[in-house]
Amino acid sequence: MHTSIALLLELGIVLIALGAIGAVTRRFGVSPIPLYLLVGLAVGEGGIAPLPAARDFVELGASIGVVLLLLTLGLEFSIEEFTVTLRQHVPSGLLDMVVNAAPGALAGWLLGLDVTGIVALAGITWVSSSTIVSRLLDDLHRLGNRETPAVLSILLLEDFAMAVYLPILAVLATGGTALHGLASVAVAVGVLLLALGASRRWGHRVGHLVEDRDTEQLLLRIVGLALVVAAIAELAGTSAAVGAFLVGLALTGPLADRVRSVVAPLRDLFAAAFFLAIGISVAPPSLLPVLPVAIALAAVTALTKIGTGWYAAARAGAGRRGRLRAGSVLIVRGEFSIIIVSLVTVHDALLGPLTTGYVLVLAVAGPLITWWFSPPVRQSP
Amino acid sequence: MDVTEVLLPGVGLRYEFTTTDGQRIGVVARRRGDFDFVAYPGDDPDDVRMLFRLSAEEADAVTEILGAPRIAERFADLTREVPGLNAGQVEVTAGSAFDGRTLGETRARTRTGASIVAIVRGEDVIASPAPSQGLLAGDILVVIGTQQGITGVERILAG
Repeated sequence: MHTSIALLLELGIVLIALGAIGAVTRRFGVSPIPLYLLVGLAVGEGGIAPLPAARDFVELGASIGVVLLLLTLGLEFSIEEFTVTLRQHVPSGLLDMVVNAAPGALAGWLLGLDVTGIVALAGITWVSSSTIVSRLLDDLHRLGNRETPAVLSILLLEDFAMAVYLPILAVLATGGTALHGLASVAVAVGVLLLALGASRRWGHRVGHLVEDRDTEQLLLRIVGLALVVAAIAELAGTSAAVGAFLVGLALTGPLADRVRSVVAPLRDLFAAAFFLAIGISVAPPSLLPVLPVAIALAAVTALTKIGTGWYAAARAGAGRRGRLRAGSVLIVRGEFSIIIVSLVTVHDALLGPLTTGYVLVLAVAGPLITWWFSPPVRQSP
Repeated sequence: MDVTEVLLPGVGLRYEFTTTDGQRIGVVARRRGDFDFVAYPGDDPDDVRMLFRLSAEEADAVTEILGAPRIAERFADLTREVPGLNAGQVEVTAGSAFDGRTLGETRARTRTGASIVAIVRGEDVIASPAPSQGLLAGDILVVIGTQQGITGVERILAG
């Protein structure tokens, strides 16, 4: 076997750099996603330190990364949680969608994007980063707060809505006719509902298929299954990401807990490759002209998220401070916005840089604004 | 005592209750197995203080501290109302002949008249165990009967 020294060296240096800068950002409770994007920008074409040898691997890793990201996201769900949330928090979820997707759609229209671009940008401004928000809530010791269930419920509804939204966008991006698009969406939504029903009734069967006491066996089976289903989904014209999401949804209970802990380190590694690849695909010079738009959009959608949180927390009976906390913690956008843009980026040259800029701004500003509104409470001694 | 259960989607569950002293307490039970204890000191619903965090292992230790004696205590309360009836705990020791055998094989009730009403195994409680229930070293048997009967069960298990 031939070992590419250049590949190993370049990849190793990038990972070490990510680790080193990541350790610093973690101290300040800032998300690692902007960091990955920035490093990606730096090592991409036209960046300060291009990585010719490692690029292929990073791009390969990215497609695995997005599958693993969506798989673990699907694992977070339990049907019980979803039905309870559906009963109580639908108004908050709807408001969240309307007021946060609207600025994106409007901006897309003003920028002269086509329908796909407008739908994509609406989704990009709509969805908060569930991973970063739940990490923030945990780090800031807010799990006991009155408003926290409302915040988590919004995230749950958003993530769930994504399972419908992503197939629709994937169909739009491949450019079918309106009728074809509609039919594919119906199929995608149908498959989704079917998968949900099946997971409720036969989830344990899927469980038996992958369950094994041996961690290695479990890891091999689950990743294998996720990749195969992702490939089938891609073949069927939706998106690999959606397929992996469905596999995650089908696994529930203690098995889901185990799979989550087994897959987590692997996901973190490949997700880093995914964000790196997005950064690499954007040429830094193309980022500058769209930065003012990205910042303006970030400012507007930060305010609409604060409004969303305010409303949701008020419904949960929280006071003024709790409402502001709920709103500010929701500001941060991240992995989903990037996943959305990865679906349409070949299709549109403007959307990639714009979203990268947008996520960069909000992934950094979000946690800082959260802190500013409500500094972390010291743990009582 | 009313315990309110609040769903934290993606994280776990939160239990809230008010103690007799009027202190409002919250316990966040996370899916991955650890627990946060919080207090709500004032009337302000947004005022929350983080008390401490227990890992799954630490929480198990606390459960053990609180759980086992508490069960025996409850039976003690029960038996206090019936004169002549007692409750006791008998451990299946590591060297016991019944380690790995069934409850029925002890023939405890036939020989002593005392009933084994529960088995405490680690954090689990096996209530009203059947004769086919297997016994393991470390199990605590909750026995109800006369003092003499309980001593009899102790003797059987030690033998």
